[in-house]
Formats: sequence, C-alpha cells, structure tokens
Amino acid sequence: MIEQRARQPGLIRRIILFYVNGFRQMTIGRTLWKIIFIKLFIMFAILKVFFFPNFLKTQFDTDQERAEHVVDQLTLPAQGMTH
Amino acid sequence: MLEIMDLSMVNWARAQFALTAMYHWLFVPLTLGITWIIAFFHTIYVKTGNEEWKRLTKFWMKLFGINFAIGVATGIILEFEFGTNWSNYSWMVGDIFGAPLAIEGIFAFFLEATFFAVMFFGWNRVSKGFHLFSTWMVAIGSNMSAVWILVANAWMQYPVGQAFNPETARFEMQSFAEVALSPYAINKFTHATSSSMLTAALFIISISSWYLLRGRHQLMAKRSIVVAAVLGVFASIFTIVNGDESAYEIAQVQPMKLAAFEGLYEGQINAGLAAFGIVNRDKQVFDDQKPFHFEVHFPYLLGLMANRSFNSFVPGMKDLVYGNPEYNIMGSAQKMVRGKEAIANLDSYRHAKKSGDEEAAATYLSAFNETKEFLGYGYLRTPEEAVPPVALSFYAFHVMVSLGTLFPLIFIAYLYFTKKGTLERKKWLLGFGTITYFLGLIAGQAGWVVAEVGRQPWTIQGLLPVTVARTNLTTATVQTTFFIFLFLFTALLIAEISIMLKQISIGPEEN
Repeated sequence: MIEQRARQPGLIRRIILFYVNGFRQMTIGRTLWKIIFIKLFIMFAILKVFFFPNFLKTQFDTDQERAEHVVDQLTLPAQGMTH
Repeated sequence: MLEIMDLSMVNWARAQFALTAMYHWLFVPLTLGITWIIAFFHTIYVKTGNEEWKRLTKFWMKLFGINFAIGVATGIILEFEFGTNWSNYSWMVGDIFGAPLAIEGIFAFFLEATFFAVMFFGWNRVSKGFHLFSTWMVAIGSNMSAVWILVANAWMQYPVGQAFNPETARFEMQSFAEVALSPYAINKFTHATSSSMLTAALFIISISSWYLLRGRHQLMAKRSIVVAAVLGVFASIFTIVNGDESAYEIAQVQPMKLAAFEGLYEGQINAGLAAFGIVNRDKQVFDDQKPFHFEVHFPYLLGLMANRSFNSFVPGMKDLVYGNPEYNIMGSAQKMVRGKEAIANLDSYRHAKKSGDEEAAATYLSAFNETKEFLGYGYLRTPEEAVPPVALSFYAFHVMVSLGTLFPLIFIAYLYFTKKGTLERKKWLLGFGTITYFLGLIAGQAGWVVAEVGRQPWTIQGLLPVTVARTNLTTATVQTTFFIFLFLFTALLIAEISIMLKQISIGPEEN
C-alpha cells in the first residue's frame, strides 16, 4: 500500500507529465508550434515595437492630455478646420 | 499640421484593416465551426467504441489544429492597428470595449491551455468521458470567445447602452446588459457562428468528396459527409433565418445600409427585393439616372424583409439623405446641421471649462446633450457622404445571399444520394463538392463586406466617421505596414495551404 502511494506521482506532476509527453509525441504539431513562435516573434518583437506604437500612449504622458488631444480632434470643425 | 493631413491615409488604413480582418476571417469560421462537428464525431466514437470513428475524429482534429495554429493571433494585429492608425476611435471606445475584450483574452487563454491540450493529447491518457467533455468544451469555448468581439462590432453598428463624456472624450458604458444583449449583437453572434458551422461542414464535404473521387478512405469520407451534411442542413437553414432577422434589424437601425445593398434610391411602398442586377456605377443619389442597367426583382418582398409588412414604406437613399417629411424621415442634410451644433457646443463647453466659467459650461453641456446623437453628421462635408459604396454593398450582399441559398441544397443533395447509395457515382456532385468550401469562404467574406462597407462612412454609426476616428499619420507610414502585412499574410497562407494539403494527401492514420 505504501509502495503504491510512493509510485503514484502527485496531481501537479501528473499534469506536467501530461503536457510534456503530449508535446514530445507531437509530429506535425512541432512544425505548427515553430510557425506560431515565429509568428508571435514577428508580431510582438518587430511589428508592435517598430511599426505599431500606440499613438496616444507614446505622444502623451497622462490620460488628461490624451483626452484633450481627442477633444481637440473632435472640435476641429468648430475651429474652422476640417478632417 | 492638421490642415495638411493627407486624406488618402484614411483609405490606406481602411484597406489595411480590411486586409487584416479578411485574412483573419479565413481561419475563424473553420475554427468555430469544425470544433462542433469534431465533437459530434468524437461523441459517436465514444458511443459506439468503433475505432474507425476514432481515426476519423483524429484526422479532422489534425486539420483543425493546422488551421488554428496558422490563424491564431492574427486578430491581435487588428488591436495593433486600433492603437496606431485609429487612435481617436481607440481612445473613445476604450470604456466600452476594454472589459469585453479582456474577458475574451482571459477566457481564450485558459480554454486553450486546458481543454485544447486534453483534446489533442488526451487519447488513452485521460478517461474517455473527460476527453469527450474536453472536446465539447473546446467547441463551446471557441464559440463563446467569439461573443465579445462580435458584441463590440455590433455596438459600433448600433451604439446602445452608452453615454458620451465630453470631459474624457469617451463613450462610457451605462448598461452592460444593453451592450451585450442588444438584438444586433445577438443576431451578429448567431449569424456568425451558424455560418461558421456551415463553412466547416463544406470544408469536410470538400475534402471527403476529393477522397471519394480518388477512391481513397471511402468509409471515412462517407461517414464524414453524412455527419457534416446533416449538421450543414441545420446550420444553413438557421443561417438563412437569422440572416433574415439581421436584415430586419439593419432596416430598423441602419436603413442607409439596407438601401445601399438593395440599390434602393427612391423609397417605395410595396418595394421589390432585388434578386440580381447590374448596378449603374455613375448613378448619384441626387440625379435621375437609372440605378441599374439591368435588374430582376421579387415583387413586394423588400417591405416584408425590412418591416415585416408587404405594404410598408422602405426608405431609399434619397429619402435618407434629403429627408422625407411625409414619412417623418430626417435626412443627413438636416442631421448635419444638428451635428455641427453639437460640435460647436462641445467646443464652447471645453473653453468655458478651461476658463472656469461653470455656468456657461453647464449651458453648453446641456445644449450639447440635446444634439449629441447627431455628432457624427457634423463632420460630413456634404449630405451625400452618408451614402456608402452602393455597387460593392449590392454585389457583396447578393453574392452572400445567393450562395447562402445554394448551400442547404448542396447538403440535401449529398444526403439524398448517400441514402440512395449512389453518391460515389455522382461525379458531378463530388466534383462540385470539392470547391464548395471556397464558396463558403466567399460567402463569409461577402457577409463582412456587407456589414463593414455598408456602414460607411461610420466607424461608430452616426457618431464617429472614419475621417475623425483615425490618427494623424502620413500615408507612407500606413502603406509600409500594409505591404508588410501583405507579405506576412501571404507567407502564412502559403504555409497553411502546403501543410494542410500534405496532411490531406497523407489522410487519416492507419490503425
């Protein structure tokens, strides 16, 4: 009885083993994971950083300034300017 | 600087958003729909214990995995674009969209980290019951995670449950229930998910038909076809029914969109529903040219679709632009006057607040609140700008409807010949069947063109036109990222198609 308990891994370990063995036994899945990681790298490390800055976050320091900028944009026609 | 902004930036940003959204929607419907069909396959396997059903389930699961892996995170790019190209819009809707999209992100993460793993890795490693439960949870969870983005989109088309706060320049949520349970949102969700299931059924029909034509994996192909066709019949009929309900909803809250996709310039009682036609692209809303070079109508049906009444008046684009007092329709020309008042009062309110004149600020705020529902019209330069691109809306709507009507017939034909036991001999049907998945994709894309092009010029219906929603960037900046995406998406699509074709060619694993 004690021996059996010793052989049975804990729940956390069983869950980890479930994932580890699952990933090990993948065939086409390995290629797909490579594609996913390359894609995420391109998206977050290149596109987001160099090409898609959040305009309001990078141009203004506070929410108050951001709100004022947007209200400025909304009231351009009242100042004789067009969008 | 503001005076010299390049207007073509808006068009490039719109094109980029359209490219990203359309690319994203190549993957989403298959993911949403095939998970249900796989759950049915898996259930049959657990019920019967027949290893052939297990083989079949694993095969379709593998193709689902490929589609999911290539498509995953493509939607995140849309959020990048919000922050960069559409910063005014992004700021203004943050309070409405923040919570739903955060729920979606958290929900999707936990779902994918748990039940996806059990579904793919669980064969012979967890109990059959828990494994099946996980497969159903993937289907339910994937579709539930689409709820929030569709709620967000529906809100842009029908902005309920909000109030604009002129201090923060944000639309603030007043009622979560109104936003989440608006009839527009419910129709959008049911239409998107049911059409996704029919698209997935067509995917299975296409590949199974190819196997039958090649004389390969015939038992698996025939079993797959039966399940897919039965679910496809229900999904396609449901899609037609809730599509009709969506059209009714559009007629109530976006009558201009309905008029555009029907090519209806002059409002009519007993108006006919356009079956098909060739749009006169030179026609303007203010001239007397014919709207079509050639058209065929189903008499009386437009009133039934738009108002649930044959003898009702359906407003045309001219009524909606210039107004029609007889039917109490305020035109965009009149709305523009109110909208400009709203902008002027917003500006005055802002200056009064800055100068500390609270009394004047309260007066201007009150005046603004009386006209704020017309705010967006104040940015239009001419009343005719409220008209979306008619030809594109018309053709997209009719392509979607024509294909949507064809799909149940295809599923019924497959079931009929399967019942007769002659399906393998119907080469014409199998040959046609192999391309039906692409027809499903075209119908889905056309549906989104109707939804998004048909609501132009609005980002948020009646409140925020695209010209105001955007960021002040140069055209070159947006052009650069447009072509980066075009390259990236093309590469990913080639990767998916080649991996998918290879797996289809290999077929299911042998026992």
